[in-house]
Amino acid sequence: MKRTIISLLLENESGALSRVAGLFSARGYNIESLTVAPTDDDSLSRMTIVTDGSDSIIEQITKQLNKLIEVVKLIDLTEGEHIARELMLVKVVAANNDQREEVKRLNDIFRGRIIDVTDSTYTLEMTGTSAKVEAFMDTLAKIEIVEVVRSGISGIGRGKRALKI
Amino acid sequence: MTGADILIRCLQDERIELIFGYPGGAALHIYDALYRQDKIKHILVRHEQGAAHAADGYARSTGKPGVVLVTSGPGVTNTVTGIATAYMDSIPMVIITAQVSSNLIGDDAFQEVDTVGITRPCVKHNFLVKEVGELALAMKKAFYIATSGRPGPVVVDVPKDVTNQSAAYHYPQRINMRSYQPSRKGHRKQMARGVELLLKAERPMIYTGGGAVLGEAQKPLRELVELLGFPCTSTLMGLGAIAASDRHFLGMLGMHGTYESNMAMHECDVMLVVGARFDDRVTGELEKFSPNARIVQIDIDPSSIGKNVAVEIPIVGNCNEVLAQMASMVAARCDEIQRTAVAQWWQQIERWKALKSLDYASSDEVIKPQYVVQKMMEVTAGEAFVTSDVGQHQMWAAQYYGFEQPRRWINSGGLGTMGFGLPAAIGVQLAHPQATVACITGDASIIMCIQELSTCKQYDLPLKIISLNNRYMGMVRQWQEFFYDRRYSHSYMDALPDFIALAESFGHVGMRVEQPGEVDKVLREAFAIKDRLVFVDVITDPTENVYPMIAAGKGHHEMHLNPGQGDDAERELA
Repeated sequence: MKRTIISLLLENESGALSRVAGLFSARGYNIESLTVAPTDDDSLSRMTIVTDGSDSIIEQITKQLNKLIEVVKLIDLTEGEHIARELMLVKVVAANNDQREEVKRLNDIFRGRIIDVTDSTYTLEMTGTSAKVEAFMDTLAKIEIVEVVRSGISGIGRGKRALKI
Repeated sequence: MTGADILIRCLQDERIELIFGYPGGAALHIYDALYRQDKIKHILVRHEQGAAHAADGYARSTGKPGVVLVTSGPGVTNTVTGIATAYMDSIPMVIITAQVSSNLIGDDAFQEVDTVGITRPCVKHNFLVKEVGELALAMKKAFYIATSGRPGPVVVDVPKDVTNQSAAYHYPQRINMRSYQPSRKGHRKQMARGVELLLKAERPMIYTGGGAVLGEAQKPLRELVELLGFPCTSTLMGLGAIAASDRHFLGMLGMHGTYESNMAMHECDVMLVVGARFDDRVTGELEKFSPNARIVQIDIDPSSIGKNVAVEIPIVGNCNEVLAQMASMVAARCDEIQRTAVAQWWQQIERWKALKSLDYASSDEVIKPQYVVQKMMEVTAGEAFVTSDVGQHQMWAAQYYGFEQPRRWINSGGLGTMGFGLPAAIGVQLAHPQATVACITGDASIIMCIQELSTCKQYDLPLKIISLNNRYMGMVRQWQEFFYDRRYSHSYMDALPDFIALAESFGHVGMRVEQPGEVDKVLREAFAIKDRLVFVDVITDPTENVYPMIAAGKGHHEMHLNPGQGDDAERELA
């Protein structure tokens, strides 16, 4: 089993996302995360899918994705040098001085940002690799997490490696 | 022009002559446009499933796209089985589905269903046309996608208001889609590697599938087989690409394939796969599949290569073009073929053939279904278009009717849709008005789309329906006999209709045969009637099973042969 990040460009048309999602459920492939948004070219959306499977399954996944009419181009980011980042928003209980100090200290250590403050909570924003985001979440668990929102991974190739048409 | 007129005009510009459909509320503007022209003939079916299968039969027998027109909601859901059938067998079709008006979409309106959502997993692609200005382009794309690359059904969903709005008509001659560019030509280096391997082969085997038929590969395929002198087999879907009478042809392979085909698949050292996808009914247990074969696979769909079985030399391209190139490469190097080793290989194959795995116990008392198919082949001189439903009769048709040409054997191989045979035969007969078209069916399958007998009457289609009536869902019964200790749970057909009266009530001719001695005479009578549909109800042996057979979990070398015939000692070797 190999964790794989697939980046793809698809026509920015309604229904394209459900074709991709439907493909994964119909053929029983795993999706760890899936992100999608328009790009600088507004006729295209860029999607990052994190999945896992044996080499032959990953090969089938890329072939099946390529077969979808709306998929313009795709690459397996994990086949080469790449950067993958994820955004997490986490709201924790910060009701007294001790809690507020501890949350702030941990947040500084992990280089997060406090983006909302109330009498009883802090909301933090953290960007990084999945490992870092998860480590931060584990650390915060000692305090009390109210809710967690993760964006799923967005990835990009390093240097000259680019997915464009 | 209104959207409805545009739609019809698009079909005319695609040179579509026949469409199959059934009207309804959301489709009324389109039906009105149809009424106001005379270039396209519309065939009115009796149930939308029949429209899809008929268009499918038309497409399979001609290679041209089949076109369906249905209304929204139930019109669509009734069509889904037919769409999925075409999808599984890669049949080019364009299905135009009317939709409720745009302003009602999503409101649970009368006869509304999410057509794009419901058909998404069983189409090559689908469109919801939201603006009349997009309609012609969507139609162009639909035909382009359906007929290019690996063919398949494409749905175009058109809301009623769009069919009533006006736009200027422009139908593009050509289309280029950046996201869809199927390749036809094989990679030269890969083809050369493939040829290299074929020339080294000592125990070669050629295994062809539906792609050889869809890709019109019969000519280069037959040339290549002749040049190489290699044995070949075919899947259920590929029958006819190589002539059944060709001395290199070992018969069908797989679960009910011949002993020699399956043994040769198991023992071969080099396998050339042409437009086939290693379906589970073909390979048997994958872990036991062809343990020593080095595989060259030609397919137009990259995702069919290496899906179930690892392939050494993949060649992506159209079977016809790739085989033509490979044949010319082989032609220049014929002296390198391993003739001596291949001759020994043929000797081994002859020993397997000697087991006569398609033999069955004949009878003077009950009609053996295999005999009916053999007789039918005799009576039609092997030249009929034959459609079938699904089950035992389908396997017997495939085993005992020798197809000399591609596109003559029309059946639902992938999805296995009972009810396919009769409506498919309608499409075939309309495409080939002068040809003999027969539907080999069973008493269970034929009931599933029996309403289409009425369509046959309306259009005077002289089909010949040969129903192998064993009062069972034969294949289900067979599996229950073998694997469920003869607990025949709901596999019997109690309260069957009087098929003769039934056929006659629809205005056709009905005949019944109950004695083996009458089969020949009745079939001759039936096929001699050229201007009317004849339903022949053949009362067959209810206990007959399809042999040979590979049971679930077994390999190609572990076949069961027919226990009723032949030398037992030799059979045990098998």
